[in-house]
Amino acid sequence: MAVSTRPRQALVLATTLALALSAAACSGDSGDGDSTAGSSPECAAFDKYSGSDGTTVSIYSSIRDAEADLLEESWKSFEDCTGITIEYEGSGEFEAQLPVKVDGGNAPDIAFVPQPGLLKRFADAGKLKEASADTKAMAEANYPKEWLDYATVGGKFYGAPFGSNVKSFVWYSPKLFAEKGWKVPTTWDEMTALSDTIAAAGIKPWCAGIESGDATGWPATDWIEDVMLRDAGADVYDQWVNHTIPFNDPKVASAVDRVGKILKDPKYVNGGFGDVKSIATTSFQEGGTPILENKCTMYRMASFYANQWPEGTKVAEDGDVFAFYLPAVDPAKGKPVLGGGEFTVAFADRPEVQKVQTYLASGEAANTRAKLGNWVSANNKLEIANVGNPIDKLAVEILQDKSAVFRFDGSDLMPAAVGAGTFWKGMVDWINGKSTTEVLNQIENSWPK
Amino acid sequence: MTTTTPVLAGETVDEAPPRTAVGRVRKKLTSRTATTVSIVIALLWTVPTFGLLLSSFRPEDEIKTTGWWTFFTSPHLTLQNYDDVLFGRSSSSGQLALYFINSLVITIPSVLFPIAFAALAAYALSWINFRGRDWLYIVVFALQIVPLQMALVPLLSFFSRGVSLGGVTLMPAWDLDQEQKFIQVWFAHTCFALPFAIFLLHNFISQLPGELMEAARVDGAGHSKIFRSIVLPLITPALASLAIFQFLWVWNDLLVALIFSGGGRQTAPLTVRLADLAGTRGGEWQRLTAGAFVSIVIPLIVFLSLQRYFVRGLLTGSVKG
Amino acid sequence: MEFQDFAPKLTMLLYGVIAFVVVVGGLLLLLDVVPNFFARRREAALIAAAEAPADGAAPGAPPRRGLRRKREGLLGLAFMIPALLLLLIGLVIPAIRTIILSLFNGNGEKFVGLRNYGWIFQENDIIRVLINTLAWVILVPLLATSVGLLYAVMIDRARFESVAKSLIFLPMAISFVGAGIIWKFVYAYRGEGDQIGLLNWLWVTVGGTPQQWLLDPPLNTLLLIVVMVWIQAGFSMVILSAAIKAIPADIVEAARLDGVTPWQMFWRVTLPSIRPSLIVVVVTITIATLKVFDIVRTMTNGNYDTNVVALEMYNQAFRYQENGQGSALAVFLFILVIPIVIFQIRNLRRQREV
Repeated sequence: MAVSTRPRQALVLATTLALALSAAACSGDSGDGDSTAGSSPECAAFDKYSGSDGTTVSIYSSIRDAEADLLEESWKSFEDCTGITIEYEGSGEFEAQLPVKVDGGNAPDIAFVPQPGLLKRFADAGKLKEASADTKAMAEANYPKEWLDYATVGGKFYGAPFGSNVKSFVWYSPKLFAEKGWKVPTTWDEMTALSDTIAAAGIKPWCAGIESGDATGWPATDWIEDVMLRDAGADVYDQWVNHTIPFNDPKVASAVDRVGKILKDPKYVNGGFGDVKSIATTSFQEGGTPILENKCTMYRMASFYANQWPEGTKVAEDGDVFAFYLPAVDPAKGKPVLGGGEFTVAFADRPEVQKVQTYLASGEAANTRAKLGNWVSANNKLEIANVGNPIDKLAVEILQDKSAVFRFDGSDLMPAAVGAGTFWKGMVDWINGKSTTEVLNQIENSWPK
Repeated sequence: MTTTTPVLAGETVDEAPPRTAVGRVRKKLTSRTATTVSIVIALLWTVPTFGLLLSSFRPEDEIKTTGWWTFFTSPHLTLQNYDDVLFGRSSSSGQLALYFINSLVITIPSVLFPIAFAALAAYALSWINFRGRDWLYIVVFALQIVPLQMALVPLLSFFSRGVSLGGVTLMPAWDLDQEQKFIQVWFAHTCFALPFAIFLLHNFISQLPGELMEAARVDGAGHSKIFRSIVLPLITPALASLAIFQFLWVWNDLLVALIFSGGGRQTAPLTVRLADLAGTRGGEWQRLTAGAFVSIVIPLIVFLSLQRYFVRGLLTGSVKG
Repeated sequence: MEFQDFAPKLTMLLYGVIAFVVVVGGLLLLLDVVPNFFARRREAALIAAAEAPADGAAPGAPPRRGLRRKREGLLGLAFMIPALLLLLIGLVIPAIRTIILSLFNGNGEKFVGLRNYGWIFQENDIIRVLINTLAWVILVPLLATSVGLLYAVMIDRARFESVAKSLIFLPMAISFVGAGIIWKFVYAYRGEGDQIGLLNWLWVTVGGTPQQWLLDPPLNTLLLIVVMVWIQAGFSMVILSAAIKAIPADIVEAARLDGVTPWQMFWRVTLPSIRPSLIVVVVTITIATLKVFDIVRTMTNGNYDTNVVALEMYNQAFRYQENGQGSALAVFLFILVIPIVIFQIRNLRRQREV
């Protein structure tokens, strides 16, 4: 998020201009109220959302800053054509503040909730409004069923996904790999062999960083989840997430130890930063940067890390950095993919709120947002041509790949006390020297009864 | 117990004229060692802040690779970090000015209201004789520990749902919109400031000489008149120091603002904006340092220029405790 | 930047200030007019009574005194009404709600009795939190007050007094988050290359290997406590320094003539004279320390065994939505303050007796 401001600003400027022009075209026709809103060709696509001119819908999410600007740009023409004003607010304290707002009777109309666990909690408490039939139909047409299941509680569907990301990526330097004759590994064993080769060449193969302010620890939980999917398979993964097997089950311990063979091996980590413990204090944003200086060679981090590289870094298969798919342990079990995303749920059921919710589930919304750059969605109407950077393209390909076994980020599905609490903290302790058994027992004990 | 009145004590701050006996004694005691040691400690105390200030002007790659003290051997300065934090990235430039005004609009009434209400209450708790006042004071004192976080939800629903008892609406919801949200923020800050403000002012007002009050009563003055014409002028220093305290607290606050101001451009204060800019960037020292310094520069200026009153008020309130 | 952007805000500010003037002015006016009105009526009644000597003896002194006390009570209430109302809405009701919530489960639906309180003492993590809080609440007031006191005594005999005082007092103006960032920078660690953190640089200069200061307990908690002491020492220094200056000159002079050593002077003259100020300082700092959570949150987020009750309470209630457990911790925090409250009650009693 900290980088490449200038190109992006230019982009924003260009799109703003384009949108402003189209908006002018829209508003030029709409002389009196809603009925005429759809009369211009630019606004034809928004015809089905007309009839709520002059209303306001508030949206609250954790997306802020430059990303939030792009988001607001993306629904500008929707606003201009329908006359619905969207009041957007992004906050870094989203997860803690949303329950306060809701309990205090001051809920936003729509929230982008990235944790199905939180979504379920609001749904169970009767705070969420069931999605309208339109929204549901739109979502079913555009998103894979497994995604919709995450937003379905007790048979009721609460909202479509919007943005997504793919977490099963390992960042590397294609340049260095080519220079040294290293091959991108396609199985777990190849990856281990490659790590040994690199370590023998005098470079620490891996770097990592799990510091992230008050969310410190989450990058390590992603590691564990990714390996759980590969080591034990998707079914066991589901049992683990639903707590039908305990957190300290031997299968979990085996996955954690497999990660430990990389993250806790002083020969392998932590290139550019120091010893194993430095992983705990290195921010995930900084985590991969030593790749550019060849101080480490591999960094497992989600697709959105593409935005973190310093200005001027070429992200491409033949560029300075790129990412490969974190290989499967047993390729016969399919191609497991770990990912995340946010769901657009509503706390109000006014017609204009439902219209916005439906629009957000549409292919237009996804394509408009994707064209502005740095964005991925599981929306199957999303055209790859509209996705800007190569890593996002790769992510969309994986998300739309029928053979991929997709699973949502497990810590977002668990109760917050674990998924945003003891699991994160436990991983920090684990990096800092505690044993796998001790950490897993501790997390198991903290699971809400 | 001291014999000087609080007011007199207040006037001796920061001046050591050798006119009085005590002054002469002190003068004699002024030693070179004490001066040196205290200056060294003072400088030591300032080093962390200074390091931050200096770092915020250094180029990004230097901040990340070398210590700020190397500046003295290879001085490179840049305004880039401030440019980034203040004007960079999202939306139109100069946005910070908007948030700055918001901070100001939030702060002024949030300082005025609690001080006035606390002064009235502290007077009543000190000089109006009614049953249970000591217990009332103790309760108010103890309320200092109620964690702010626990008060957020009930207070928010007070605004958004109003008050109703057994189905009867005693007060409708406030339905505040846009700029009107400032009212919520003022209200919340006023509530949360009261226990400490009453505690501090009570310490002070209850120490005023009783003879003054007696004399005024004999002259036929009522409580209101005594409060206005005797107490208020005497406690001005305490009010000033409380005002500065409250100013620092409100200006630096993030939690209350996050919940009650709505977070948008219209009402959110600087702290919210800066938390957005700096909050999630663990390793981005260049932005963190500049952001942190922007957030502390206003309180620092206010504080340094009003320091004299601050000290005066605090000490007069507590000398006799 | 257009004026239109500012106009509605400045109008709101104007409304706010007008509201302030109206409310406070109106209140004072009311407090002035109403008692006067009653006083006049009473006078009129007295005159009437004097004119009618037959029942003039009946409304004697005793009932009127009772009336007067009641009137004082009403007046006291009137003075306090804005503060009381706000405290009720803003703090008392939330406090009661918190106590009730602490007896329920996470989403407030099931009554669980005292289970949440039992939970506090069952989990190793939370016990660690309690121990850390205890360390904070003992060390911060102790260190901040003694550093402030020593400095106040020393500065009393030094030149450049006001400059030195300002420098020490400066951190008071910095928010906890700001202070957290400042000190995180001091403790920063680089595994390779030059150190950027001051502490590691000094450490390496004297021959040590770079340390991750915030990783290892119990040193990390101590290093966090240093931050709080850094902030609060200025506060205690200023108040205590002022108190020292307010010690009557004759007492100091007399002691001097008796030939006491500076040491004796400190213990026998200075310390007893400033005792009340010392109490205010310790009480204020203790309460601030119990509530501190920004520093820990900014610097370690409670990881590596540095967590404290105030932060854990925030996490439980907000991040994990375990309202019951969060509330129980809040109530526990409240219980920790009871000794200070009792102490304050005794103080108040003594003061009233004088």
